[in-house]
Amino acid sequence: MKKIINFFLTLSGILLLGSGVFAADLKVGFVYVGPPGDFGWTYQHDQGRKAVEKAFGDRVETTFAENVPEGADAERVMTQMALSGHDMIFATSFGYMDPVMNVAAKFPNVKFEHATGYKRADNVSTYSARFYEGRSVIGHIAGKMTKSNVVGYIASFPIPEVVRGINAAYLAAKAANPNVKFKIVWVFTWFDPAKEADAANALIDQGADVLMAHTDSPSPLTVAEERGVFAFGQASDMLQFGPNARLGSIIDDWDPYYIARVQAALDGTWESTDTWDGLAPGMAALGGFHEKIPMDVRAEAMNLAVAIAGGRTHSFTGPINRQDGSAWLAEGETADDGTLLGMNFYVEGIEGDIPQ
Amino acid sequence: MDFSSIDPVILIASLIVASTPILLAATGELIVEKSGVLNLGVEGMMIIGAISGFIVCVELNSPLLGLIGAALGGGFLSIVFGIVTQVLRANQVASGLALTMFGLGLASLLGHSYTGIKPPYLSTPDIPFFSEIPILGKILFQHDFVVYFSIISVCLVWYFFRATRFGLIIKAIGENQDSAHALGYNVIKTRILTIFIGGCFAGLAGGYLSLVRVPQWTEGMTAGAGWIALALVVFSSWKPLRLFVGAYIFGGFTILQLNLQAIGIELSVALLSMTPYIVTIIALVIISSSKKQGGSSTPGSLGKVFMEAQ
Repeated sequence: MKKIINFFLTLSGILLLGSGVFAADLKVGFVYVGPPGDFGWTYQHDQGRKAVEKAFGDRVETTFAENVPEGADAERVMTQMALSGHDMIFATSFGYMDPVMNVAAKFPNVKFEHATGYKRADNVSTYSARFYEGRSVIGHIAGKMTKSNVVGYIASFPIPEVVRGINAAYLAAKAANPNVKFKIVWVFTWFDPAKEADAANALIDQGADVLMAHTDSPSPLTVAEERGVFAFGQASDMLQFGPNARLGSIIDDWDPYYIARVQAALDGTWESTDTWDGLAPGMAALGGFHEKIPMDVRAEAMNLAVAIAGGRTHSFTGPINRQDGSAWLAEGETADDGTLLGMNFYVEGIEGDIPQ
Repeated sequence: MDFSSIDPVILIASLIVASTPILLAATGELIVEKSGVLNLGVEGMMIIGAISGFIVCVELNSPLLGLIGAALGGGFLSIVFGIVTQVLRANQVASGLALTMFGLGLASLLGHSYTGIKPPYLSTPDIPFFSEIPILGKILFQHDFVVYFSIISVCLVWYFFRATRFGLIIKAIGENQDSAHALGYNVIKTRILTIFIGGCFAGLAGGYLSLVRVPQWTEGMTAGAGWIALALVVFSSWKPLRLFVGAYIFGGFTILQLNLQAIGIELSVALLSMTPYIVTIIALVIISSSKKQGGSSTPGSLGKVFMEAQ
């Protein structure tokens, strides 16, 4: 047994030496919550990683760890990355927030980039996209396209980002169709195709004819295609999963940000920042609209997207009340980022409670 | 909140479908464990079944061949486990865990060019007369044949271990491998056979996921179903018919809680999400602690390495 252990120790030593010989200027690690082949959230982050490799060639070496559970495992994986010579680590899920802070405190020379979080340090930046801007646009389309006036919404975890997306989609759908109702199912997972499909089926059984999802796999779209209702691509375009069902999509485009941050790290100009870009810079982008959407609705949706991108309108423009009827935004007032980042309430009109 | 909008017939019909993968995988694992082998690689065999079934189905344009391919894919992977643990006598727990990791990795490699493809749908056989019975017809007789296969196979496995000679031999090997060996039964060959059959069941379960229930290929799509199947075997205390109780309760509450959320019930969603696990555990604890049963029903040689020389 001891011999075997020695053998592996030697082997790993050789491998470490080997990697030292071919060392790139910068070693960048990516931590994924799902598999790169999910064709959704993680897929887009992995596209970003590939864009970095393409942009910098041999100067940058990238590695990734997939299917890393949020919590203690993430801390272990990132510690391992930091120990094995990574200079920069992209942690690409909200639930990695505390693990990132813990590991970052132990490795002050490693630069951390945490997606969708709100805790920062000298060596921890945060970045996210204003997906809610895209959700306003597809919410408008959903409101116009539903015949049963029931929109089904598959939600993952009750965190501000997901709640914000529901609110933005609901407000836009309500503005487009005053009779619209949202039915929301929380699945408490980012990635479980079978469970997401079950949730989609349950919502369709309960009368929903347009589905929105805030989970990572394309399976709700597949179910929508099979059962003849509408749905949207989420995180990635997903057109191939539901050619008849997919009305549009919100696409996360991380490539420019990842390249810029790696460039900054190479130049020595990297510092802790907080980035929250929306439709305008294209971090949240819209996929093509389906031809089944009437021309006028397509034009309205396009105008809404352009207005949001141009800063002429905001997804959360008053008057808006909270679910309990108390006033949130006065006439013409727009939401501040602080409230949006910590959003833990539904707006007026949405039924049900946010799980606590 | 309007309970009447949940149609119990649709609910039961969809819970049967949702439970089928775990029921199939658990049936296979039960056969394996009855012979005294603990194969923790169910998840890995399921995902290999999911992708190999998907590939066969898409390439040959036949869902039926796809399901056969799924079963064989899982079966072949299990042979790796069989050789490692039975011939090379490696530790079963470690080998099983490795099998899961290997399966997940191999599946994503194989499936690389198969994402985003729509497989041909598995048609539902038309059962005349029976499917037209009100209520029962819709619950029982409007499914695809894999559902029927899963139900029938549980019953057959029950009969097999209860009343057939070979079933009793497998049980004897699982209870006491040395005595069975002394009686002249070939422990290793029998175990490799049960491991293969278990692998086929797990593969079929995976194929059902990728070809019928979701239908698409996504990396990691089994998402822990294999582990639930493993737990079901333990909770059913190695009694085949109890797999029905476990699988259908688990599947039922999964579907029910999603439907309850969809109609907007005023209950903690976190609590609702826990119910499938809690209710399954409670139900199986109750039935496995009933007085009729004497002592533990764990196969005596479960997980032990068989050394012929002893």
